Amino acid sequence: MSVLVVVECDGGEVKKSSLEVASYGSQVAQMLGTTATAVAVGEATEANLAKLGEQGITKVLHDAEPRLKDFVNGAYTKLIAAAAQKEDAKIIVLANSNIGASVGSRLSIRLQASIATNVVELPKTDGGSFTVKRGAFSGKAFADVTLAGDRKIIAVKKNSIEALHEAGKTAQVESFSAQLSDADFADAPKQVVMQDQAGGILLPEADLVVSGGRGMKGPENWNLIEDLAKALGAATACSKPVSDVDWRPHHEHVGQTGITVSPNLYIACGISGAIQHLAGVNSSKVIVVINKDPEAPFFKAADYGIVGDVFDVLPKLTQAVKELN
Amino acid sequence: MKFLVCISNVPDTTTKITFTPDNKEFNKAGVQFVINPWDEYALTRAIELKEAQGGGTVTVLNVGEADTEPNIRKALAIGADDAIRVNAHPKDAFFVAQQIANIAKDGGYDVILMGKESIDYNGFQVHGMVGELLGIPTVAPAMKLDMSGNTATLEREIEGGKEIVEVNAPFVASCQQPMCEPRIPNMRGIMTARTKPLKVVEATADAARTEVAAFALPPQKQGVKLIPAESAGDLIKLLRNEAKVI
Repeated sequence: MSVLVVVECDGGEVKKSSLEVASYGSQVAQMLGTTATAVAVGEATEANLAKLGEQGITKVLHDAEPRLKDFVNGAYTKLIAAAAQKEDAKIIVLANSNIGASVGSRLSIRLQASIATNVVELPKTDGGSFTVKRGAFSGKAFADVTLAGDRKIIAVKKNSIEALHEAGKTAQVESFSAQLSDADFADAPKQVVMQDQAGGILLPEADLVVSGGRGMKGPENWNLIEDLAKALGAATACSKPVSDVDWRPHHEHVGQTGITVSPNLYIACGISGAIQHLAGVNSSKVIVVINKDPEAPFFKAADYGIVGDVFDVLPKLTQAVKELN
Repeated sequence: MKFLVCISNVPDTTTKITFTPDNKEFNKAGVQFVINPWDEYALTRAIELKEAQGGGTVTVLNVGEADTEPNIRKALAIGADDAIRVNAHPKDAFFVAQQIANIAKDGGYDVILMGKESIDYNGFQVHGMVGELLGIPTVAPAMKLDMSGNTATLEREIEGGKEIVEVNAPFVASCQQPMCEPRIPNMRGIMTARTKPLKVVEATADAARTEVAAFALPPQKQGVKLIPAESAGDLIKLLRNEAKVI
């Protein structure tokens, strides 16, 4: 028996969220007195997969089938199920990404496993039960969930687990074939379109986020947000009203019906802090609020605040970051 | 084409979340329940596709107790043709997925749509489970859905981009914006909804695989530290030296 972790790769590299997943899996393996094996999906180089040793992974299974480069639900599910079988995995850990959670839900049926998504902490295993803490009510609460059965699947929320870095340790990369056939690629993409990211920082993976609301007054003022984001190396985001009126694309919309982010730093500019928006950001480690209205509810959820005009404050912040660097 | 749209009944997005004294259950007292906002995309898109095809049916399905019926009626008022309620407390994603798969198997639906997740449990699981139980593809989360004959073209969101995917019916898709502009019921819809069929069926006795041991609220912030606007640059120093996040 072992722990199987699913690592998502892109452009040859293991995604940051998957380094966290690998670290989670190896710690669970340690708790259970076993080892953690990874199975790679997406485009990966052997050298980068071997480096998963730094996250405590012993072995990495790598299927070199070229069609696995893009996300295909059917094929990924079959690949991971085959790896789970080979390794006799009782626990499977994935990222709580669109890819990880989609595959996880199918796997839970195929492997007759219990599943928890959006998990934020290592499991508790006292008294024979297996309990994980997960986000619920769109960031407004947490739930401790007990997983039944002897096979369990855990999808780990980004930025909730510190990635391990044990320099110099390497994992053994083993080639592996799940014997995939054309039928497994029924939902293969005809085309993949990646967003044009000015600074190259993707919002779901970002450690730092600068976000704007209606207080920015119009899309023509977004350069102020972008300048600060660029200076910090941050991703940009927005509130729902802003994406509703198409000032910004919907994939930047953070909140209860947009995406939930949990960066180390979230800077909210001209966002009042409606309860639906707070739900999407309140697991951020540090929240900064800039708003000219001292009564804006967002200040109650903030660590740092500036009561002032965003048009005056943002250039000052950008300048200060440049000076600091 | 036969569309099956699965809806769940969730607390309104403005709800302040509280729990029962033992922290085992959500405290429903005084809470307004709505159709899960993500499911509204699925419902409206199914109606639009039916209208474009000039025929077919849209059936809404809810796994829930009798108190969900006002929102099922609302879905009928928005334009669904008929409804099914599986009379059960939705214990977990696996339990709900089993009920949906059973209904889908019996009904011979071509397209099964639902929201990408419910805003209360945020599982993002039911669509994948239903697809797997039925042995058909699931596309999740879908931002766009068009049909041409038996073939659907969808945009599936992935981190940092999207995939254009083509699948043949039957399939499952979970929906999110900007798929369509969710409709609201008009007066005529509300009148006709009263007489549209709503069938109640009993649940199969599938066991749940997970159980909530306790709910908890997130820790409160310690209070905000205000920096005067004139010396805004000091904030950056605090973020580096005190908070250590940059």
